[in-house]
Amino acid sequence: MHIFEGFLPSPWWQAWFVFSIPVILYGMYRLNKLVNERREVVPLLAVAGAFIFVLSSLKLPSVTGSSSHPTGTGMAAILFGPAITAVLGLIVLLYQSLFLAHGGITTLGANVASMGIIGPLVAYLFYRAASRSGMNFYLNVFLATAIANWVTYVFTSLQLALAFPAPEGGILASFLAFGAVFATTQVPLAIMEGALTALIMKYVIQIKSDVLVDLKVLSIDKATKLREAMQ
Amino acid sequence: MKLEYIVAIVVILFAAQFFYGVASNPDSEFGGADGEAEDVIAEINPDYEPWFGGIGFEPPGGETESLLFALQAAFGAVVIGYTIGYYKGKGEKNK
Repeated sequence: MHIFEGFLPSPWWQAWFVFSIPVILYGMYRLNKLVNERREVVPLLAVAGAFIFVLSSLKLPSVTGSSSHPTGTGMAAILFGPAITAVLGLIVLLYQSLFLAHGGITTLGANVASMGIIGPLVAYLFYRAASRSGMNFYLNVFLATAIANWVTYVFTSLQLALAFPAPEGGILASFLAFGAVFATTQVPLAIMEGALTALIMKYVIQIKSDVLVDLKVLSIDKATKLREAMQ
Repeated sequence: MKLEYIVAIVVILFAAQFFYGVASNPDSEFGGADGEAEDVIAEINPDYEPWFGGIGFEPPGGETESLLFALQAAFGAVVIGYTIGYYKGKGEKNK
């Protein structure tokens, strides 16, 4: 999802800031409210943020012969929703663009949109819908985060295609060209991320299942059943 | 324990796809996919020049870059380990 510094021409880089800034502001408001009302979620928030830090620092090799990042944002999205996740994603993206020359300040709006907003939104919606349909919790977490990771990169392809339509074939041809780079490379990474997220969620249930019930991630019945299954 | 086994199998499969990738792309250095996207941009629009240079710190080379990535990962891992360990310990004490 890292679009490099200076690689989005006007008006696209401004447009993605316009898209992202309201979500970030809403996320900060939600974050503030959550922390003030439920102090007990702070450690979980720290774990979700730290998970994004760890996963997005890993550049994993893929079968296509190139490397790419997991995003780590799926877990935060399932726990806290996409708006708060956007704020956490922003912190990581700022760090990487300021100290690692990875991503950039002018492309920050676009990168927050893909990794911080669209991917997490998909994870959140998928998780909630599948949860209601009664899918196994770990399978649900796996699928939600794997799909979110993949969608993040498909969305990046779309962002690049909009800014760089091909002279022949236009936006669609460009989208397919960028998609060919990202979409296949990302499949093994998405599966890896989904599996890791499911595992860490298991430990979260082990130590803090009450908070998951508070956050409406799990119903009391389901949390009890999952805990019993661990005994 | 079951989930741990499944994740271990996924990790093994991940390693397998990597080795398959190495075998089928013998000349590849597994560079970043974002760099490849840059090449696609160059193909679509050969005249495009990035209009803004980095204002942040740019690591002088791969060594410093890997240091900063490792610091990022280490920081995150410490927070996760500390928090989960803290609550696990607390939970066991209260039993």
